[in-house]
Amino acid sequence: MSNFEVINKSAPRVDGYAKATGRAIYVDDMKMPGMLYGVMLQSPLAHALIRNIDTSAAARLPGVKAVVTAKEAGTVKYGVSPARYDETVFCYDKVRHVGDNVAAVAAVDLETAMHALSLIKVDYQELPVLLTIEEAMAEGAPLIHEEYPRNVTAEVHQEFGDVQAAFKECDLIKTTSFVNKRQDGAFIEPQSCLAHYDHFGNLTLYSSTQSVHYVQRTVAMVLGMPVGRVRVVKPYVGAGFGPKAAANHLELATCLLSIRTGKPVKMIFEREQVFMHSRGRHQFFHKFTTGVKKDGTILALDHECYLNGGAYSSFGIATVYYAGSLLGGPYRLANMKYDGYRVYTNLPACGAQRGHGGVAARAGWEQQLDMIAEELGMDPVELRLKNMLVAGDVTCNDLNTSSFGMKECIEAVRDGSDWKAKKSKLPRGKGIGIACGFFVSGAGYPIYRSDTFHGTATVKLAEDGGSALLFSASCEIGQGSDTTFCMIAAEALGIPLESVRIQSGDTDFGVDLGAYSSRQTLMTGHAVKEAAEDAKRQVLEVISEKLNYPVQDMDIKKGFIVFKKGKPDISYLRTNYIKEHRGWSDNPGAEGDLSFREASRIAFLSRGTIVGTGKYKPPELGGKFKGAAVGTSPAYGCSAQVVELSVDEDTGKITIEKMTDAHDCGLAINRTSVEAQMQGSLSMGLGEALFEEVKFDPQGRIINADLAEYKIPTSLDMPPVKAIIVESNEPAGPFGAKEVGEGAIMPTIPAILNALYDAVGVRVFELPMTPERVYNAIRELKEKK
Amino acid sequence: MAKLIHLTINDKEYDVAVAPNETLVDMLRYRLGLTGTKKGCGLGDCGSCTVIMDGSAVNSCLVLAVQADGSQITTVEGLETDEGLHPVQRAFIEHGAIQCGFCSSGMIVSAKNLLDKNPHPTEADVRTALSGNLCRCTGYQKIVDAVLSVGK
Repeated sequence: MSNFEVINKSAPRVDGYAKATGRAIYVDDMKMPGMLYGVMLQSPLAHALIRNIDTSAAARLPGVKAVVTAKEAGTVKYGVSPARYDETVFCYDKVRHVGDNVAAVAAVDLETAMHALSLIKVDYQELPVLLTIEEAMAEGAPLIHEEYPRNVTAEVHQEFGDVQAAFKECDLIKTTSFVNKRQDGAFIEPQSCLAHYDHFGNLTLYSSTQSVHYVQRTVAMVLGMPVGRVRVVKPYVGAGFGPKAAANHLELATCLLSIRTGKPVKMIFEREQVFMHSRGRHQFFHKFTTGVKKDGTILALDHECYLNGGAYSSFGIATVYYAGSLLGGPYRLANMKYDGYRVYTNLPACGAQRGHGGVAARAGWEQQLDMIAEELGMDPVELRLKNMLVAGDVTCNDLNTSSFGMKECIEAVRDGSDWKAKKSKLPRGKGIGIACGFFVSGAGYPIYRSDTFHGTATVKLAEDGGSALLFSASCEIGQGSDTTFCMIAAEALGIPLESVRIQSGDTDFGVDLGAYSSRQTLMTGHAVKEAAEDAKRQVLEVISEKLNYPVQDMDIKKGFIVFKKGKPDISYLRTNYIKEHRGWSDNPGAEGDLSFREASRIAFLSRGTIVGTGKYKPPELGGKFKGAAVGTSPAYGCSAQVVELSVDEDTGKITIEKMTDAHDCGLAINRTSVEAQMQGSLSMGLGEALFEEVKFDPQGRIINADLAEYKIPTSLDMPPVKAIIVESNEPAGPFGAKEVGEGAIMPTIPAILNALYDAVGVRVFELPMTPERVYNAIRELKEKK
Repeated sequence: MAKLIHLTINDKEYDVAVAPNETLVDMLRYRLGLTGTKKGCGLGDCGSCTVIMDGSAVNSCLVLAVQADGSQITTVEGLETDEGLHPVQRAFIEHGAIQCGFCSSGMIVSAKNLLDKNPHPTEADVRTALSGNLCRCTGYQKIVDAVLSVGK
């Protein structure tokens, strides 16, 4: 066991009480005096020119306080990556998908605002609708954005090593394809905002976001405000999983309405709008050609991928890079070629979602590796053990694994699932499958080019001693980061967890890039640790001066000052402390060690408020090739998973019976949260594998934009999950910690695919594995025989 | 146009003037300020607005406020007693069954309703009773563990 006092244990969440009692405040729980309600007018057409917008009748409706279009909002372009800014708050020349934003209204109540919407007249001229990659890339197809020929948002062409030469050395070369479906984030809290523009010209936006920092910058840029006058606050957030990571038009339009009216304005998405505007998982069309030696050594991968991106770029430029780069691990692969294309279509835009860019690629390739293992007569576990990276390996695309418990993960799930007794030995209809995963522990670079610190933190000691107040702009969205940071601060300061309080998710507290790319534990964690150590140093310096005791021989543990070279006489400090607290019932007695509470009070009396600061930015990472930044990270998480399932051959229905998952998170700061992230990731992976699919009609309208017809796993769909934590002590992480939040989803889909094959001998190359698809695959197999 | 209804919420009696098309969840949240009950879809799909109405767990977005006239309602705010948190609330905190918290209110209310009727449920009972409450964060494992720990 470790020697830590606070971290590396199972701690209840610091926000648990608030959330269990319903006291936790989310944006839609807030209201302000005089608050107006906003609603958005959205395009009913997937592709059309806007000839005219007439808002006059809406503006005249009693109770309407503002009607805004691009005329009021301006046409400053924004997006996620500055190289692909392709959105405006409102459409002005044309609409590009059903739901595209045309106007917004603020009124005294929701009913009036909705009524006003119906009075806005938009004159559209319909254009051909491009829903598929083939339609969008066809010769002569209209351009969705004029600047992008063939409707390609971004394309990637990379080659590491020499794939064709390597194929000549191979004993087996295998080609398969794979396609997933568009997945929705399906977080339970719809995006919501409340903006308040005050009479000093300061704007405060409360938003259910994963990154207050990016939203602050985008609002300032698009609305032309000094960034110092824009404050973005994230109250409790009902999860995000990626789609809440980018600034969106809901936030921008709400801010604009508040500026125009001088009143607080609230606007929230209906569930249907969540489906139309959440930039969730893309649909990926993969083709993999992999070459191996007879002994199972993987020599080369030739990989091609097309992404149906929808109408705007959002995170898509990073997505198309990740789809290639994340196959650089967790196996040794000296030769890798990747050609990726992200294509604009007239569907709602896609972006980043848990396992950004890598989930479908991982699913398709891990299935192919299973097929290769079978053809070579190898156990799939052995194939993976033979090829896996070890700590210190650098991938062909320059990703550096400074810690890597892959072997431990594979062995843990193998042994934890009784693999050897079950693989190929279960009765027909029951199967077992394995797969591995690999993911970044925080993106190596911000989404805009900058030398900014990725995270800052401030630890202020309460002037009366005893408590440490932690301030950070990081975003607790459910993953447990507030608790993690309180634990890190408590450990670094040497005080109990109960003595630390956190305020987070507010741009007034500093810079933090937010909750995406599994970055906060490592990056914000570093900043928090440094801030706590800085505060601790100042306290110890004061005590050292007062007692004339060498500071290097002092420490703080469990809330008391430790004097390593014998106890000095602390009586005058204690007398001083007690004198200040005459009449108080909890003063220390004459005996006993000097407490942190006493020491931090004495430090305040000597130096004023004690404030420790911390910051973090990764070192320069990655290679020099184009796109080398995407996929870089200070550390990489890895994982392995075994799934056991049964298949009803008469209906094709799959029932997942058991999942065993092992994840290397470096060092688990809060063991409960690590397990919880693993279990939650598996659930999202199971949903994408078995039933999730956003569906469209031929006009580009979503036909299942609700949680009844878009099915996510319920408590009856999830099997028992055995979550095994593997620790590898990451040198680049705070206390050795790295990611768990996204990497854990990687092996789920392919482990299910491989278990399906073990059960009934069929391979499916298209998700989701619906009963119909599985049944047809079984029937085809029987017909072939 | 408003209709006056009389109902009991968390053991407190209320007279409320409501619109004929106002849902129970909107009345609780926006009229009475009981924002512990969440609204995730407004369509009866997600279960985050679950309250107990006359002994049954219901989606309060599918109940009109006028239909609740004369009824007994328990929301998440009504679970704490003078002895402190309800055992289900305590178990959710201790087992790490809460992540983003947005489904937690409805989930806890559904679990309480189950335990009121079936104090010693099996795992299958728990999973069935909670199957109308969607959670995207937890994978349900720790939620099921928490409810089972109370029902031991």
